[in-house]
Amino acid sequence: MKKTFKIGGVHPHDNKISSAAATEIFPAIGTAYVSMAQHLGAPATPVVAAGDKVKVGQVIAEPSGFISGFVHSPVSGTVKSVAPRADIAGNMVMHVEITVEGDEWMEDIDRSDKIVKDIPYSPQEIIDKVKKAGVVGLGGASFPTHVKLAPPKDKKAECLILNGTECEPYLTSDDRIMRERPEEILIGGAIMMKALGVDRGYVGIEENKPDAIASMTKAAAAFPQIQVVVLKKRYPQGGEKQLIDAVIGRQVPSGALPIDTGAVVQNVGTSLAVYEAVQKNKPLIDNVITVTGRCLPVQHNYKVRIGTPMSKILEVAGGLPENAAKVISGGPMMGRAIANLDAATVKANGAILVLTAEETRRGPESACIRCSKCAQACPMGLEPWLLNKLSRAGGRYDELEQERVFDCIECGCCSFTCPAGIPLLDMIRISKAEVMKIIRSRVKK
Amino acid sequence: MNKLIVSPSPHAHGPESTQRIMLDVIIALAPAMLVSILASGWSVLMLILVGVASCVLTEFAVQKYLLKRPVTVSDLSAVVTGCLLALNLPPNSPWWLIVIGSIVAIGVAKMSFGGLGQNIFNPALVGRVFLLVSFPVLMTSWDDGGSLFGIVDAFSGATPLGAVKEGLKNGMTLSQIPADDLTFSQQFFFNLGGSAGELSAIALILGFIYLLCRRVIKATIPVTILCTVFVISGIFWLANPERFTNPVFNVFTGGLLLGAIFMATDYVTSPMTTKGQIIFGIGIGLITVFVRYFGSYPEGVSFAILIMNCAVPLLNKYCKPRRFGEVKKNG
Repeated sequence: MKKTFKIGGVHPHDNKISSAAATEIFPAIGTAYVSMAQHLGAPATPVVAAGDKVKVGQVIAEPSGFISGFVHSPVSGTVKSVAPRADIAGNMVMHVEITVEGDEWMEDIDRSDKIVKDIPYSPQEIIDKVKKAGVVGLGGASFPTHVKLAPPKDKKAECLILNGTECEPYLTSDDRIMRERPEEILIGGAIMMKALGVDRGYVGIEENKPDAIASMTKAAAAFPQIQVVVLKKRYPQGGEKQLIDAVIGRQVPSGALPIDTGAVVQNVGTSLAVYEAVQKNKPLIDNVITVTGRCLPVQHNYKVRIGTPMSKILEVAGGLPENAAKVISGGPMMGRAIANLDAATVKANGAILVLTAEETRRGPESACIRCSKCAQACPMGLEPWLLNKLSRAGGRYDELEQERVFDCIECGCCSFTCPAGIPLLDMIRISKAEVMKIIRSRVKK
Repeated sequence: MNKLIVSPSPHAHGPESTQRIMLDVIIALAPAMLVSILASGWSVLMLILVGVASCVLTEFAVQKYLLKRPVTVSDLSAVVTGCLLALNLPPNSPWWLIVIGSIVAIGVAKMSFGGLGQNIFNPALVGRVFLLVSFPVLMTSWDDGGSLFGIVDAFSGATPLGAVKEGLKNGMTLSQIPADDLTFSQQFFFNLGGSAGELSAIALILGFIYLLCRRVIKATIPVTILCTVFVISGIFWLANPERFTNPVFNVFTGGLLLGAIFMATDYVTSPMTTKGQIIFGIGIGLITVFVRYFGSYPEGVSFAILIMNCAVPLLNKYCKPRRFGEVKKNG
């Protein structure tokens, strides 16, 4: 029987309409805008200034804290400015603007297609290389990978789980890389297992990607320690906690870290980036982005240099259709609606999804009929109807904390399933932020 | 340049809506309504139509003229109440009886609490019980005016449960009470005594299967109620088969199936969690059996559901779903 997580979940239409589109190389042209806030944690500090010449893969910013990261130039050319620029939400973030001139790479980057299998590095060397390459989690959270590869001393990693679930509808970039570069992903996995000192690895893939399962299974034959686990199609299987539950049957207790179950989860895209960083000396300067939507005439999976404006990608992909009403960075369940199409891509961008007004319609809100479908759908075992009620009652933060609002992973299953069209997650987010603030201030005291 | 919408995730919504759920309940009730129309003739069809119309009109009038709020009758919840109320009355009830019942059901039991989602008691059952205590004679007279298309002969008599109660009261033992009301196959396919909706167990079960397939309800509440009734009445029956009716008879007579499948599963007035639903179901089963065996009314399902409705807020408070991470360590 295929595995899956044990609580809640929904079955949105998977809409994997771009899965047949092989990855195309998106040209590095015009200007690149490289954000300094591409990772969770403190923004990086720029180390270049206007007028500097940079090569592909050259460090342009250094970490400014423990949880922070290196940023590299994705293009070769001249730094035009180092200045704040609007990100997808319109917030001003420090960017390094580089005018593209040619495509000259740093000499130490191995650009050949040859697959390098041997891993001659020690765990510490691996972690250093991953850190130097600016690798972050590509599943969406952009957590610096080197931090995750060095768990705190009192925690013991037992296994690595590669996340190839891609449970968000529409997204196919992970599907494509698993089909096109399975061996490199698995070597990346082996590298991370060595860094963590574990001898068990898994790749979790949902059943709706048979080609990826086939190609990964075939490649995994050469990796006896890594096992491909086929999972049922069920959202949000790719959530870190849900995936650990699905693959090894352990649940992360409330308030604890995933590592407390002994599992470290990394996205397959991250694994590929680790392979390139360690074996090919290639920092994280590009990623595969799905450009999709039923209203688009052609579906694409592009390998795009980081810092490319989204408007540029859409333009090359065929332009925004007349009836496009919402452009989303990521999938329809957890992606962020883009307010500023001129914003540049960042490391963790996995998709640009274009939806019509009909596809993204929010129905009129009506009375809660207490069907409890939201509670049945919640993968964390919460009661969204109750959290919504308490949020609207205003200031009932004690009860909200008791009802574990902070456990919410914001997957959107509750809002998705609600027959009355109640924006449950919106209300939960508001009170979750408040409750987290209260908890933090309590810790300080 | 397109004007783009920016809003928080999720950006997609599932196909479900309140209206669709209510429509599913109506579809699930269709076999039972059809059977009672075929059995008892146009009077039942008239009851259903008048019931639906007066429920919808009451809701419309209250929302529009009394509360001056947006009118939400298109969610079909009042239609469901109308259908259920009609199925809870004797087939030959006069039209004005269901009009009164509808006004009480919607006006008192539903709208005065704030409308859909706010009521504590199942509106159709409040309507029925109001009529039962206000018009006891009409509500327990089962004379039939004649059947449609001559499928069955006209009949008159008490419901099986009524006959048992009456017989026991007159000092008879069960074996002395006319047995033709007690055969299983009759109950299951076509039993002629009782409220409009109690006639055919198979029709109700068909509706149940439809609701399960459409995932409108889960089997938890109905199955718990039926199991409880079966087990508890089984114990009594084993102890004294001359005094207490057998468990199969108890499961398939009266409004038990109608109540368990369609009334106890009403979202608004039933608990949210599986644990709460099991306690709720056991409570309904117990009260039903005790009212039938020891109460003065022959039938107890309506009372049982209404009594357990009171416990729902408490059950919701104390029966929490299984939280993520709360299972036994290691799997």
